[in-house]
Amino acid sequence: MLQLMSVCKNFGGLPALGHVSFQVPHGRVTALIGPNGAGKSTLINCITGVLSATSGSVLFKGKEIAGQPAHAISRLGISRTFQNLRLFPRLSVLDNVLTGLTCEGGQSMAMAMLRLPYLRHRERQLKLRALEALDRFGLSDKSSWPAGVLAYGDKKRVELARATVGQPDLLLLDEPVAGLNGEETFVVGEQLKHLRRAGHTLLLVEHDMDLVMRIADQVVVLDSGRCIAAGTPEEVRRNPLVLEAYLGRMEAVA
Amino acid sequence: MMSARDKCIYFISLHRTGLTVSLLTAALLLYPLYEDNPYTLGITNLIAINTMVVLGLNLFIGYTGQISLGHAAFFGLGAYGSAISTATYGLSPWPAMLLVALLVGLVALLIGVPILRLSGHYLAMATLGFNFVVHSVLLEWDEMTGGPSGFSGIPYLGVGDFSFDNEVRLHYLLWGFTLMGLLLSLNLVRSGVGRGLAALAEDETAAAALGVNTRNAKIKVFVLSAVMASIAGSLFAHCYTFISPDSFGIFTSTDMVIMVVVGGMGSIWGSLFGAGLLTLLPEVIGIFETYKDFVHGIILVLVLMFLPQGLVTGLVDMVRVRLALRRREAQ
Ligand SMILES: Nc1ncnc2c1ncn2[C@@H]1O[C@H](COP(=O)(O)OP(=O)(O)OP(=O)(O)O)[C@@H](O)[C@H]1O
Ligand SMILES: [Mg+2]
Repeated sequence: MLQLMSVCKNFGGLPALGHVSFQVPHGRVTALIGPNGAGKSTLINCITGVLSATSGSVLFKGKEIAGQPAHAISRLGISRTFQNLRLFPRLSVLDNVLTGLTCEGGQSMAMAMLRLPYLRHRERQLKLRALEALDRFGLSDKSSWPAGVLAYGDKKRVELARATVGQPDLLLLDEPVAGLNGEETFVVGEQLKHLRRAGHTLLLVEHDMDLVMRIADQVVVLDSGRCIAAGTPEEVRRNPLVLEAYLGRMEAVA
Repeated sequence: MMSARDKCIYFISLHRTGLTVSLLTAALLLYPLYEDNPYTLGITNLIAINTMVVLGLNLFIGYTGQISLGHAAFFGLGAYGSAISTATYGLSPWPAMLLVALLVGLVALLIGVPILRLSGHYLAMATLGFNFVVHSVLLEWDEMTGGPSGFSGIPYLGVGDFSFDNEVRLHYLLWGFTLMGLLLSLNLVRSGVGRGLAALAEDETAAAALGVNTRNAKIKVFVLSAVMASIAGSLFAHCYTFISPDSFGIFTSTDMVIMVVVGGMGSIWGSLFGAGLLTLLPEVIGIFETYKDFVHGIILVLVLMFLPQGLVTGLVDMVRVRLALRRREAQ
């Protein structure tokens, strides 16, 4: 589904990603792990067009997407969440989720200004879908609140609802459970499993190893911008390079 | 089962926008019956013209998160465009107005494509520069524009033998246009496209990741706002039959921005309020006449210090947040 080939990204000459290559197979959960500063978020930003890769190629369903603008990539069916929440704090929770359906909401400003009946009809349908998504994440009773006032855990869930409401082909999640407590983490884990069962393809960046081991089919390990291992969770867990990347850091810190 | 009262409340909340627009339309239809003083009508007519410019500018500021300190230039191009094409070249006013609006839209597109790559201070300065250029051209090119002494002899608008030549008739003409602008703007912001724009105003990166073509959206709204300002300018010219460059300098641009700020970023109804309040202030309180720019400056600073989203929007936001927080506590 998604194929990265030798993706490089430099920030002012300093390499953040060096020749990263791996595949995200269709219908599976691929976890991307690695110590802090390994380049995981940078990689997600390069895939989604928030940053443009310095070199290398990204194929989505066999088509080159590297270098395309973010909105075009989103319209191909790739959706994402951000590590540092990026909700629209002044919009209502419902409107936040509705922005996840932007691609289906029509593009013509002229039509929108005329408020033609077909648009009103479509708007009602989108609203129903957004309400359903809110219901799935247990946020129905807060749909009219401005998103800015929500508690942290709720904000995380609104972002998940926004990313999933459009039924994207590929979902990139940057640390969806960071900052959540054990119970909330479990609930999100179940929701991710549910998404996988429904046939979604996920690329999951996560530090929570329990969650990764529980739901990932494949794990890719990044260290200092290089892909040092890939395989099933079991294989990766026993890989000496991975142990070193993690333990080496800890010793250096200790 | 819903009681009759609940049903009534539900109906009102469902159709609140339509109902408000209808009420406003009715009030404006009846207004000249109750108020026939031409001076007062002149002021409310000016509110209509200002509202039209402020609506467009507020779409640009509040729904793309950008800034323009040059909208008086589009307003002026509309006014002089109509004046020159009708009085000098004898075009008939309605087609001239349309043609001028198209041309001004084209100008906005041509300058929008390069300058909307900028943002913040840089964009503010670029639009300000554009206003300076247009203003100097209006002043210097006397053969065409009449220079500093202005341009007179602009014909009234009319339909057949009927001519919009007194305050009451102009009231219906101007408010007709303003209501149409208001309705189109309300439709836009309540649509899916409008939601994408609201997202763009809050967080450009997130909006782009959700599929909003941020660059195009900014340019489109900029052009739309320029066209609205141009139409308002044409009406202004045909309403007063005399125009001079004074009306289209950078202070007019900043006044428009202050009206947006008082109305609140992204508030369509607020635009009406902001334009109304700031047009009325100097009339209601005499000393404002002399210290107008000073007072406007103070208002701008105070509102932005305490309510960065603008007065109306800021207050509405505050109430919404209070209510939501109270419900959050209650849970
Ligand atoms: N915009 C930027 N400009 C310069 N350097 C950057 C930028 N963004 C990231 N970096 C650098 O790139 C490296 C990778 O950062 P990145 O955020 O991708 O790490 P990460 O794997 O997501 O870490 P974490 O687990 O802490 O989220 C870091 O050394 C960081 O300092
Ligand atoms: Mg990160």
